[in-house]
Amino acid sequence: MKARIHVTLKNGVLDPQGKAIEHTLGSLGFDGVNEARQGKFIELDIQETDEAKARETVTAMCEKLLANTVIENYSIDLEQ
Amino acid sequence: MKAAVIVFPGSNCDRDIQVALRQSMGSEPQMVWHKDADFDDVDLICLPGGFSYGDYLRCGAMSAKSPVMKEVVARANKGVPVLGICNGFQILTECGLVPGALMRNSNLKFVCRDVHLKVERNDTVFTKQYQAGQNIRIPVAHHDGNYFVDADGLKALEDNGQVAFRYSAEDGSVSDASNPNGSLNNIAGVYNSKGNVLGMMPHPERLCEDVLGGTDGRPMFDSLVAALS
Repeated sequence: MKARIHVTLKNGVLDPQGKAIEHTLGSLGFDGVNEARQGKFIELDIQETDEAKARETVTAMCEKLLANTVIENYSIDLEQ
Repeated sequence: MKAAVIVFPGSNCDRDIQVALRQSMGSEPQMVWHKDADFDDVDLICLPGGFSYGDYLRCGAMSAKSPVMKEVVARANKGVPVLGICNGFQILTECGLVPGALMRNSNLKFVCRDVHLKVERNDTVFTKQYQAGQNIRIPVAHHDGNYFVDADGLKALEDNGQVAFRYSAEDGSVSDASNPNGSLNNIAGVYNSKGNVLGMMPHPERLCEDVLGGTDGRPMFDSLVAALS
């Protein structure tokens, strides 16, 4: 099973890299970008086939290592 | 006094701390490889600066899970003083020994220069040989030193006197103009709630000898030796 994890900065946490992306897009002529936020994408190939168990395991991975929950949120997508 | 310096793959200030400790202690600190969780009982544990594990995933994230850190956390919780500098501070936040997180500098630049710091308190084992409110000059060298903690956490830090140092100007004033990296409230270093763990971005170990351009870092190591011998 594939687990695809998005790690993003929490709302309210300043994202200077996102700000730089937003600014550069504007300078390239891409108007209408209200905000840019940068995050991480992590893809895991895991042996577990039971979706509930896989979600439990990947959630533990996010809490223990993949995300720093002081500043980051995470979301998990699973695909058989 | 006995001290240990933990060495991770990618640490690069471990020898600087070793030299600073040797000068203040008059004896050799123990250098501990991060896989050696059963090191001797010591009075002080130092986590050095550098780029442990190449800053993969997040600065300090991998080191915080290394075998030695379980032991460091256990000893810190028993009251053993722990000093984390730069990458050592990032490791301390990642393993939860001090609150908050260190994010990319707000100007996105690696900042490498001397800064001034206001010493907030001098009643801890780390700062007894400074004066409270003293302005000192210490180098910084980091890309991810932008201290963040949520609003409740920030209030708790301020209310409990857990701010150790603030980035200041040469005249001692603390303002946005003297903030090199965007840290909340100009915070350059924080204590844990018991005051036996200190994490800080600036490098006191780099200014402990006249030949290196200054000695404002030396009182930290002299304070530790006086308190722990």
